[in-house]
Amino acid sequence: MAAVMRGTPKPWLKTLRGKEAIACYLFILPWIIGFTVFTLGPIIASFGLSFMDYDLVLPPKFLGLANFVELFSDSLFYTSMWNTLYIVILAVPLGMLASFMMALLLNQKVRGLAAYRTAYFIPSIVPAVASAALWLYVLQPEWGLLNGFLSWLGIQGPGWLASEAWSKPSIILLMIWASGGSMIIFLAGLQNIPKEYYEAAEIDGANSLRRFQYITLPLMTPTIFFNLVMGVIGTFQIFSVVFVLTDGMGGPVNSTLVYLIYIYRNAFNYFRMGFASSMAWVLFVIILVLTLIQFRTARFWVHYDTDTVEG
Amino acid sequence: MTTITKQQESQPTRISRTQRTRVVKAVRSLLTHLFLLVGSFFFVAPLIFLVSTSLKASRQIAKFPPDLIPDPFIWANYSDVFIYAPFGTYLLNTIFIIIPTVFGAAITSSLAAYAFARLRAPGKNAIFMVLLSTMMLPGVVTLIPTYILYAKLGWVGSFKPLIVPVLFGNAFYIFLMRQFFTSLPRELEDAALIDGCNYLQIFWRIILPLAKPVMATVTIFAFMGAWNDYFGPLIYLAEKSQYTLSLGLQVFVQQHSTEWGLLMAASTMMVTPIILLFFFAQKQFVQGIMLTGMKG
Repeated sequence: MAAVMRGTPKPWLKTLRGKEAIACYLFILPWIIGFTVFTLGPIIASFGLSFMDYDLVLPPKFLGLANFVELFSDSLFYTSMWNTLYIVILAVPLGMLASFMMALLLNQKVRGLAAYRTAYFIPSIVPAVASAALWLYVLQPEWGLLNGFLSWLGIQGPGWLASEAWSKPSIILLMIWASGGSMIIFLAGLQNIPKEYYEAAEIDGANSLRRFQYITLPLMTPTIFFNLVMGVIGTFQIFSVVFVLTDGMGGPVNSTLVYLIYIYRNAFNYFRMGFASSMAWVLFVIILVLTLIQFRTARFWVHYDTDTVEG
Repeated sequence: MTTITKQQESQPTRISRTQRTRVVKAVRSLLTHLFLLVGSFFFVAPLIFLVSTSLKASRQIAKFPPDLIPDPFIWANYSDVFIYAPFGTYLLNTIFIIIPTVFGAAITSSLAAYAFARLRAPGKNAIFMVLLSTMMLPGVVTLIPTYILYAKLGWVGSFKPLIVPVLFGNAFYIFLMRQFFTSLPRELEDAALIDGCNYLQIFWRIILPLAKPVMATVTIFAFMGAWNDYFGPLIYLAEKSQYTLSLGLQVFVQQHSTEWGLLMAASTMMVTPIILLFFFAQKQFVQGIMLTGMKG
């Protein structure tokens, strides 16, 4: 009997393994459908659209590379790219530096840690529109909070959002204010460093600067790397805060016209869906290349230790 | 400072050394607190002035340098907000969008997370890699075709574009919950399998009850995501009667750009629930951010 049963094996799907696999696919299915319809399909479609002219009403017309040719001769493309790069280059490192320093301070066993941590973190969860409204007040040139504070120090503050030179720094300041999320990630990274390393170093006579240089910094490089990669991807797509702060205009004189506002304008004000898609793809390629460069260069400076856990 | 104490180690003058260490420690902690205080001033002052300005009269707001304490307290700013804009409707609309979003995050994503964490199937790991890579995908590449899709379906100008896609689960939440499920012990599930439970029953009766902490985290993030979302409502909603709080507040900012008391009162009302939520669920916030690196 047993031999006969072994001779005609059950179809794979009826086996325990098969049932498990079916359950697995079924449970993942909603996400796969969502991914196909709302991510994969649109990626392919936007690639196709970037070679077309489409305004939602008339049927799409194939243009070849015309969108890209126009884009690379469009001065506002360069303006918006420059504005975005300016913000990325300053806001990402400064935000990381600020949040890393805060995390270092918080990692000293200070009294009131929870209160300080809360104070640093809360700005990062304030809704973008509300924080933009708040910073309109903070940065108000005549009687805003920041210039009020500066005048108290005897400094005459600039026009901030009203000034072409200071509008981008204003946004960067707001972003640093809201960088509490990366502070939490840094703090978690710091707390993951095994205490024994510091104890051993102290016995060997390493001072705090040395301990920072040879233990903290190397062991924090995976966390720094993580924050850097996510920060660059996120900051290239900055939109809401700038849009609200400048009434959707990216002013004054296009000095805060960031890339996504320019995409928005082309897509939803001019209904140039094809041109906007080509813009989206240019940004996508830039972000992809920069991310790949970061991953490639990571092996020269990111130190992976078996004891640290990275989320 | 520490160098000095270290050099002393060779000459064991015990009392002076401990005293010195104590002084060094005190100075150090004082400096740390000083830096922390100056830092927290930068972070907290805008929020304090947000509340204080929301209670000021216009002429006191225009005073330079600004006062901290409102004089007199103008509570009417808060009630006036509702006269100028239907914030009650905005709130209802926001809640209407939040409920399915939270459902999608908690149910769909947790089922997928369970499968990724526990069930074996050919190709599963490849699918998971795709899921991970979508977490880094810039949203802007999918923006325009999705908009066209909704426009063709006639969904633009309704809540559907803000609700339907989130029902299919979210890569961040799936990842976060998968990490949690992987850490749960296996024994209970094995016992249930032997007793003849199917995987859905195992998920429903064993995994979900254990998943409360991570469910709380995901629910909070889904809530915050929908509460804070501005871009979605901006491009998909048309009528004022459909506006969410974010969009409503932005339009309010545009229309009342000089009435700072009103603006700050409206902003305070939008910020307060989020801050309260944070105080009730600090642990979940911190966990969620640590696991996903998500920025608010």
